[in-house]
Amino acid sequence: MNLLRGARGLLLTELLSGMALTLRYMFKTPVTVNYPYEKGPLSPRFRGEHALRRYPNGEERCIACKLCEAICPALAITIEAEPRADGSRRTTRYDIDMTKCIYCGYCQEACPVDAIVEGPNFEFASETREELFYDKEKLLANGDRWEAEIAKSLSLEAPYR
Amino acid sequence: MIFTAIMFYLFAAAAIGSGVMVVSARNPVHSVLFLILAFFNGAGLFVLMGAEFLAMILVIVYVGAVAVLFLFVVMMLDIDFAQLRSGAAKYLPVGLLVGIILLAELVFVFAGWAIAPRVAGIAAAPFPSNAAITNTRALGDLLYTRYIFAFQAAGMILLVAMIGAIVLTLRHRVGTRRQVIAEQLARQRAETVAVVKVPLGTGVAD
Amino acid sequence: MDNLWAGAGHVFWAYVWPTHILQVLFVAVPLLVAIAYYTYFERKVLAYSQLRKGPNVVGPLGLLQPFADGLKLLLKETIVPSGANRIVFVAAPMITFSLALVAWAVIPFDVGVVIANINVGILYLFAISSLSVYGIIMAGWASNSRYAFLGALRSAAQMVSYEVSIGFVLVTVLLCVGSLNLTDIVLAQRHVWFVIPLLPMAVVFFVSGLAETNRAPFDLPEGESELVAGFHVEYSAMSFGLFFLGEYGNMILMSAMTSILFLGGWLSPIPLEPFTWIPGPLWLLAKILFVMFCFLWVRATFPRFRYDQLMRLGWKVFLPLSLFWLVLTAGVLTATGWVPAHAG
Repeated sequence: MNLLRGARGLLLTELLSGMALTLRYMFKTPVTVNYPYEKGPLSPRFRGEHALRRYPNGEERCIACKLCEAICPALAITIEAEPRADGSRRTTRYDIDMTKCIYCGYCQEACPVDAIVEGPNFEFASETREELFYDKEKLLANGDRWEAEIAKSLSLEAPYR
Repeated sequence: MIFTAIMFYLFAAAAIGSGVMVVSARNPVHSVLFLILAFFNGAGLFVLMGAEFLAMILVIVYVGAVAVLFLFVVMMLDIDFAQLRSGAAKYLPVGLLVGIILLAELVFVFAGWAIAPRVAGIAAAPFPSNAAITNTRALGDLLYTRYIFAFQAAGMILLVAMIGAIVLTLRHRVGTRRQVIAEQLARQRAETVAVVKVPLGTGVAD
Repeated sequence: MDNLWAGAGHVFWAYVWPTHILQVLFVAVPLLVAIAYYTYFERKVLAYSQLRKGPNVVGPLGLLQPFADGLKLLLKETIVPSGANRIVFVAAPMITFSLALVAWAVIPFDVGVVIANINVGILYLFAISSLSVYGIIMAGWASNSRYAFLGALRSAAQMVSYEVSIGFVLVTVLLCVGSLNLTDIVLAQRHVWFVIPLLPMAVVFFVSGLAETNRAPFDLPEGESELVAGFHVEYSAMSFGLFFLGEYGNMILMSAMTSILFLGGWLSPIPLEPFTWIPGPLWLLAKILFVMFCFLWVRATFPRFRYDQLMRLGWKVFLPLSLFWLVLTAGVLTATGWVPAHAG
């Protein structure tokens, strides 16, 4: 038994089997995702860039209840509200400081009307800090732009909520 | 021919220059580096003489091994020059005396230098061309026949010196744990791991 | 004086120009391209062994990546640390790089296709490879940095240790050839490549070659996880680039030496019709490429040695083994009367 082990040591079988393993791996298909050209799948629960949604008739959903502002652990959301001419309560200001946001998704959970959501977009890096201070206009624009994807994720998620 | 002459003066001048720098350089590491340069130029001179084997051995042994160790040691030394120089004035007379004695000896040697009578004959003898017999072979023929005793004795002396150095410095400290690779490799799963089924709430008796 | 200068000019034209420079360029330029693409090859091999794809953005299949990297290194600023020994600091990478190039003078690509067919070719290669340690020691010392210095010390001890066993391996090969000339060494393998009778020595040579070129798993002088980058921490831009080129040049040189000493140089594996149609230099190239791949393959497989294990392997395993095999070879050669007759 010892002799056999000695022979194995002399013939470097362990080294050779290790090298055979690496060689086998060289012929396996790489798992690389060629990122800017290929993208991995996203879960419907993915929490990316924020968006403010509208109702199908174009009316904005947000009713300025400020639940999101209250729950935000990073204090990233600032809301100011006033009654609108038609008497409904709406926000005059809805800012999210994206440099503070920790993408926890609590705002989305807290929202009673599904107005503030975290969409599927994660490619919003910018060259200046200022570009990351989102205001209401920017958030609504995001909502318009990603509405299809957001609606799909929400409907997929609905059974679990 | 003029090419060889130019190369000879180039190598010779560089060898002497770097030799001077070995002694005069302030930084000991620079000294060793110049020593290496001197070795190189020596090797170049050997090549010009057609002794390429000696040239390569010079580079391999002296530059590739001995000088590396020199450099290794010199780099590790932390030399304080002020302290070195502080005693210079005190030792100057003794140093001068030794220097003068050495100089006198050299003068006597040069004055009494006589060229061996056989040299003229050997120099006049035709030099075997490189094609007929390489100098590697010529050296081997001499070393392993005529000078075999001296050659082997030199080897033995070096071996004894090496063993002596190892014996003097080798200490087996007691209490240190050493890695025995063979033992580690020889360990088997069965000898070291025991899988025990433990009934709930009883634990394992050691 | 006029005469002397005229003589020198004559010498220059007669001895140096045109063929020599052409020959040197013929070897050096492809070599530099090979070095550049060896870095690309390495990244690809390592990537595929880790299920990645490696560089594939710059140019088709990432083929222009080495040039992009080289350009980046060229355009960066060379920084000499304020505590550094300027001259030695700058000289070190030059020495490393030029030694890696100079060795190619004696590598034969076919019968007679060699820049300098000298009698002591193998000793020349050995001398050059034993010199490459100086670039590293000088860099480490001149940087005036602890990491670099530790790297240099490691490198000095490591290279001296492994040169000993390389020397014995070379002597073993020389016993079977009877000549120090590289062309003779290749021609002596007409019947059987030395890798077959001297297999253990070929393995010892290859592994010592890894240690000699500071490649994984013996890359302790660099040891990025413990010494940051070892001897070249303080280097930047092209002075770093020269170290990089020198290291890869040395690897290619080691591959060429392994091919010539053990894999029969430019000889075809089977001296029969379809194989002999392929010209010798292509065979040599294929063999060098194989050994180069082995360097990367080993890097992809094994983790770095600990320093005491490295010393143990060199002095307690390789040295006795190569010494034993040397005596055995000499014994077998004399006992069977196979000592090469054309000892020259």
